[in-house]
Amino acid sequence: MTFQRCMGHAAMWTSHDASVLPPPVRLGHKLCMAAPNQPSASDAFTAGVLRSLPVGLGVLVYGLVFGALTAQKGLSLAEASAMSGIVFAGSAQFVALGLWTIPPPVLALVLATFLVNFRFFLMAATMDRVIGDWPKPRALLALFFVTDENWAVTIAAGERPHWGAFFLGTGVVVYLSWLTATILGYVVGSVVSDPREWGFDFAFPAMFVALAVAIGRKTPSPPVWVASALAALAADRFIGGSAPVLLGGLAGACVAAIRAGGRHAD
Amino acid sequence: MRTEVLLAFLAMAAVSYGIRVMGYLVGTRIPDHPRLRAALAQLPAAILIALVVPMLAHAGPPEWLAAGIVAAAAWFVELLVVPLAIGVVAVVLLRGLF
Repeated sequence: MTFQRCMGHAAMWTSHDASVLPPPVRLGHKLCMAAPNQPSASDAFTAGVLRSLPVGLGVLVYGLVFGALTAQKGLSLAEASAMSGIVFAGSAQFVALGLWTIPPPVLALVLATFLVNFRFFLMAATMDRVIGDWPKPRALLALFFVTDENWAVTIAAGERPHWGAFFLGTGVVVYLSWLTATILGYVVGSVVSDPREWGFDFAFPAMFVALAVAIGRKTPSPPVWVASALAALAADRFIGGSAPVLLGGLAGACVAAIRAGGRHAD
Repeated sequence: MRTEVLLAFLAMAAVSYGIRVMGYLVGTRIPDHPRLRAALAQLPAAILIALVVPMLAHAGPPEWLAAGIVAAAAWFVELLVVPLAIGVVAVVLLRGLF
């Protein structure tokens, strides 16, 4: 909390004439006074790693289940790790295993991946704020790390100096958790065959509820939430795939746009 | 590693990555307009709600109650691991009750 308030002040100092502001002493945030220089990119990276550790744990549990499943489906260890390492999209990989045959049904796999992963389109569309100041090739490469979990952690953490490095930290945690867990799950087998027994199946919903609250409480807008929830429920009932996230996200954004028009911009 | 298997993974990877790149490029081209700015600002919250609401819809009363507990915990505690741990414990207990 203190850290974020400090960042706010740091931004003020850079964007305004310092003489307009009250003397720093009056602000009374010891941390700001003690460390006037901004955190480095590697500090931000480390912060991203630390902030996403709980999420990494959730990914680990599902990776173990996934790894055990790949072994049952007759993939070799190299193939299982290649899949997690290259595709790097949890839910699409589970769906792919459901469709799995030899030879692989490439068209069905590609179509399923597209439908399940289309939600990444919207998430990536919000990434300009995070990595927009990077050279284009680097920004485009970093997009590989956009997944539900670490994207949400990054956005929930809020704008900060070196936000892109923070995002990379979260991405590396999720990537390594997923890859390591796939390999472990393959080798060790079905240790966590039923995550439900330990309540681990609730880890993902709980995580997304917590992140939604973390993001939502910053700029609360109940009409947006209601629109998003209703559209997502309807899309889940009648379409499935990525449609709930896509249509829910767009419905919420539309309501936000409409409401913004009703107020004076300030 | 079987070539056909690797090719299938590469095709899946190209699709997942391509979606992200398209989304990003569209995101960078959104013109600066108050309405669009408001829409983009609320988009993350809307996406997360749209992710979680169907998940919960497929669950039952124990999960709904646990989700309420998680939301309350997340409101007061910023550290993600706290609401997460509370939620997992809560859901195990609640499933025992129902």
